[in-house]
Amino acid sequence: MNKDTTTIFGFWVYLMTDFVLFASLFSVFAVLRSGTFGGPSGVDIFSLPFVFIETCLLLTSSFTAGLSLIAARYGKKIHVVLSLIVTALLGLAFVAMEVSEFAKLALEGNDWTRSGFLSSYFALVGTHGLHIVLGLIWMIALIVAILRKGLTRSNTRKLVLLSLFWHFLDLIWIFIFTIVYLFGVI
Amino acid sequence: MDWSLLFGKLSWGLLPENAVAWGGATTMVVIGLGLIGLVAYFKAWGPLWRNWLTSLDPKRIGVMYIVVALIMFVRGAADAVLMRIQQATSVGSAHGIVTASHFQEIFSAHGSIMIFFVAMGIMFGLINLIVPLQIGARDVAFPFLNSLSFWLFVAGALIINLSLILGDFSTAGWLSYPPLSELAYSPTVGVDYWLWSLQISGIGSLLSGINFLVTILKMRCKGMSLMKMPMFSWTVLGSMWLVAVSFPILTVSLALLTLDRTFGMHFFTAGGGNMMMYVNLIWAWGHPEVYVLVLPAFGIFSEVVPVFSGKKLAGYASMVYSVIAIVFLSFIVWLHHFFTMGAGADVNAFFGIMTAVIAIPTGVKMFNWIFTMYHGRIRFFTPMMWYMGFVVLFTLGGVTGVVLAEPVADYQLHNGLFLVAHFHTMIVSGVLFGYFAGLTYWFPKIFGFKLDEKWGRRAFWNWLIGFILAFGPLYVLGFMGATRRLDHYTDPSWQPLFIIAGIGAAIIVLGFACQLIQLFVSIKNRHQALDTTGDPWNGRTLEWSIPSPAPAYNFAILPMVESRDEYWQLKAHNEKDVAIQATGKTIDIRREYEDITMPRNTAAGFAIGAATFFFGFGFVWHIWWLVIVSVIAGTAFLIMRTFDEDTEYIIRAGEVEANERRLRDRFITMQNV
Repeated sequence: MNKDTTTIFGFWVYLMTDFVLFASLFSVFAVLRSGTFGGPSGVDIFSLPFVFIETCLLLTSSFTAGLSLIAARYGKKIHVVLSLIVTALLGLAFVAMEVSEFAKLALEGNDWTRSGFLSSYFALVGTHGLHIVLGLIWMIALIVAILRKGLTRSNTRKLVLLSLFWHFLDLIWIFIFTIVYLFGVI
Repeated sequence: MDWSLLFGKLSWGLLPENAVAWGGATTMVVIGLGLIGLVAYFKAWGPLWRNWLTSLDPKRIGVMYIVVALIMFVRGAADAVLMRIQQATSVGSAHGIVTASHFQEIFSAHGSIMIFFVAMGIMFGLINLIVPLQIGARDVAFPFLNSLSFWLFVAGALIINLSLILGDFSTAGWLSYPPLSELAYSPTVGVDYWLWSLQISGIGSLLSGINFLVTILKMRCKGMSLMKMPMFSWTVLGSMWLVAVSFPILTVSLALLTLDRTFGMHFFTAGGGNMMMYVNLIWAWGHPEVYVLVLPAFGIFSEVVPVFSGKKLAGYASMVYSVIAIVFLSFIVWLHHFFTMGAGADVNAFFGIMTAVIAIPTGVKMFNWIFTMYHGRIRFFTPMMWYMGFVVLFTLGGVTGVVLAEPVADYQLHNGLFLVAHFHTMIVSGVLFGYFAGLTYWFPKIFGFKLDEKWGRRAFWNWLIGFILAFGPLYVLGFMGATRRLDHYTDPSWQPLFIIAGIGAAIIVLGFACQLIQLFVSIKNRHQALDTTGDPWNGRTLEWSIPSPAPAYNFAILPMVESRDEYWQLKAHNEKDVAIQATGKTIDIRREYEDITMPRNTAAGFAIGAATFFFGFGFVWHIWWLVIVSVIAGTAFLIMRTFDEDTEYIIRAGEVEANERRLRDRFITMQNV
């Protein structure tokens, strides 16, 4: 029994369950997007240039995560670690931008208690952000493990899983960018 | 000093208020302390910890699931008895034994416990015990994840029981519809207990679902194509697929209600929210959940009926396709739980028709089981008795379900006792009778001896008669206009029927007592009922080809499968070889043995489960430091475990061979006695 293929297949199944989770949140957002309750709607609070930078950060980090996988295939430990560090920094910048966006909204009085629309916005985008944070914790742990033990079979397997996870979050973000932000300002 | 930073909303005033609640709380504490004391008295903590609590062996995890589920069953059944006493006595000027709000807590707890901690518990127990054996595997795909799922299940069970002692439980029913479950109308911690208990155990179920889905798809032995897989494994595959797709929706529904209650969001409250969205979400999970529970029970009957009829399963392919049809259809019927929402005639018509359509694949299964019996040599052991009870009751329940599927009729029967009678018929006869049949059937494989037949029959007859008496009157009362969840009613003509229902519940309790006696008697007389052959029922699937109780590594040599009824074929082809006849090809000392790699026991699942318990407890009582500490601790345990490389041990080929020789010798000695 090949443990690698079983684990990777299992992780794909997990990702599909996470897809269902996000699908539920998207449908909640679709139902509540008009429930502004006298508060702002998307066009009042979203800034597309800001979100565009966030998107660029995340897409670039997906690219560098891909680079780390290529480096792992050639067994270049230091390249793997470096590209993971770049990925983590880009991810961190994304989280920082998201937190600052949330804080700005809250300070303007448009926090999650303001309306059903804002509740669903914070829940959907926040759940994605939380996934990114979990991915970052995992990434840091993996960097430490690779530095200590090298590109062992189990570390390489984890790298494959992590990059699957990271690409998956990228994909979810594309949906968020389109459905929440782009449709929001139209 | 502000103590709320330290203790959140906890205070002394939260201990139980009335006699019945005190009784419940005291009973739980006594049972808990009693169990701890018993273990300490026998100095069993060490062995218990080493062999069970930290075990990654699915057979042991399965047994632990079932033990927890049985304890929870006692709690859920006590709730049921209280409800029956209340409704039998609370008429006119009499007001029964409990207050209205306490009654609401009782029915909310009864439903949540029976579904999440009894039915799900026994189901995952049986799946753990049997699926790896049946597909010819030594383990599940992710052994540690399996242990983690179990401990999350236990954490959820602890949280729901804690509500007996500290604070109160939800009064909002087993699915906690808003707006009643929102903070404005349920300001105490009751709904929070409900939310966190279900959230934690639900995530455990989701992880288990992924685990067994991968196990069945990836770890079947050589030659076992999907169309040669035993029916129980097929139904588990369908059920786990449903878990993987539906449980994330539960996670989201519960999380959104938590956000509403804890952080003042507006998902389901005025302020831009929509309370019917909750009802849609929860039933988009809830309806598939019904099939999550009943599919494995169908699988059990598909194993039991052929074996005890001495015939192969009729219509195997149609059984497989009906499972697939049920899996698909179960996702497009959810709206029938609330036709009265007012979605309009077209929407109601669609869901009404789909609901009637889902009865067709279920009917296919019914006919196939009956065709299997036709011209068979039927042996009426207890599992077959449960099956016979199931066929009659489940058909009745199915027909009342088709009545409810008509939106026009549903408007009359909605939220009435007719509905309550209907779904109890489905769940008790379908799910519970099925699991009882499975437990009796597979018991010798796990423990090495059979359960007592006589007490098994007594249990069955008590359950059957008790069930008919307890729920027959509810159908009638439903037509008379009785709604569900009544703590008091004024029409005295209802009372005789409620009293009959109460008598029925008492007979069911006798049935459960018979099962406890059965267990006790069987353990006492186990030397007379030892399963020395490993194949007590003349079984047809792989689990019967190895000795009982199954060794830790299941199969000394991984089997090769050529047909659906592999073990029957094997026995038919080797009529003269007495060892193969009884214990199959795995005990064959001429074979070459290999080293076997098995997962090492670990306390990580227990530790993460404990952290999650404190996380949930902290959230319920708003003890934020505890929440933060448990998040950090849980994450640290998880990272430590993930990066632990020393997680396996090797059983040497010599050891395996010695063990197999010993089992063979034991068998031959027994045969000569």
